[in-house]
Amino acid sequence: MKYLKQFLLILSISFVGELGNRWIPLPVPASIYGMVILFVLLLSGVIKPDMVRETGKFLIAIMPVMFIPAGVGLMDSWAVLKPLLVPVSVITFVSTVTVFAATGRSAQWMIRRKKRAEEAEQ
Amino acid sequence: MNTILENSAYGGVAISLMAYMLGTVLKKKFRLAIFNPLLISILVTIAVLVAADVDYAVYERGAGYLSWLLTPATVCLAIPLYEQWELLKKNRAAVVCGILTGVITSLSTVLVLAWLLGLKHREYVTLLPKSITTAIGMGVSEELGGYVTITVAVIIITGVLGNMIGGVLCRLFQISEPAAKGLAFGASSHAIGTTRAMELGEVEGAMSSLAIAATGIATVVFASAFANLL
Repeated sequence: MKYLKQFLLILSISFVGELGNRWIPLPVPASIYGMVILFVLLLSGVIKPDMVRETGKFLIAIMPVMFIPAGVGLMDSWAVLKPLLVPVSVITFVSTVTVFAATGRSAQWMIRRKKRAEEAEQ
Repeated sequence: MNTILENSAYGGVAISLMAYMLGTVLKKKFRLAIFNPLLISILVTIAVLVAADVDYAVYERGAGYLSWLLTPATVCLAIPLYEQWELLKKNRAAVVCGILTGVITSLSTVLVLAWLLGLKHREYVTLLPKSITTAIGMGVSEELGGYVTITVAVIIITGVLGNMIGGVLCRLFQISEPAAKGLAFGASSHAIGTTRAMELGEVEGAMSSLAIAATGIATVVFASAFANLL
């Protein structure tokens, strides 16, 4: 019963997210609306973590395999990708590495700066 | 072989999951980025479908249920986010700084490389939303007049790449703060990178989840300005 209740709650929030996607004229998917809604409900205490935790953690744990169908779908995109293969590969690789490094380093720099400031205060 | 697969709702998914398990075993044994479970599963499944002459549409009839779970699973990313909220608030300056840096870096590297490689405007805007989550990226590409199918393919490839090499990049660029690692995964490779961040730890996972939503929305705002530059 616990899992059923948790799954029902998660699906209901997903449904409200779908309505948001349909009614609000922005390219924001149902999943992002749903994530924000669940977060706000948890933060405001309307939903207690116990009401979603086990099912939520299970869904997150198996989430990587949910991307397999989209990845396998690349077999159908091959024809459209082929003429652009070189520029697409270069751009994908370089920009993914650069974004990863820039985001990680800048965030780390801010975190460490704050840590140093806190240590200096003590 | 192909008639069995074509009439089965579970066969394709079972092969995909087996290949995924095989990937996790290989990864554990060899500790090489190339043995990425997601990559191995995708490649093995494609190989089996091609060898058995089964169309993607047939595979998708069964495997579509895995994709169906994506929306509720993404909604659940709010749970680790909520659990790490105090830490997140404490580091809000770093979060804002990391995410804005990520979004601007993504858009500007695509701009510079597209210009260097001589891409046309339509190809350029197709690639602009490559680092963000598929559903938002499709919307951005469509709005700017890009080729949406190519955008989707590039977003998936970016995600798998980030999932695969993120660990190596953390060592290479000496990113060791868990929060910074998480933001880097989410900003560079959206939800597919986040699943890898989730395996590294709670903080990494929460920060990466936050980065999916924040970079997605920031890209919607900035992409139209960047679209006019080439």
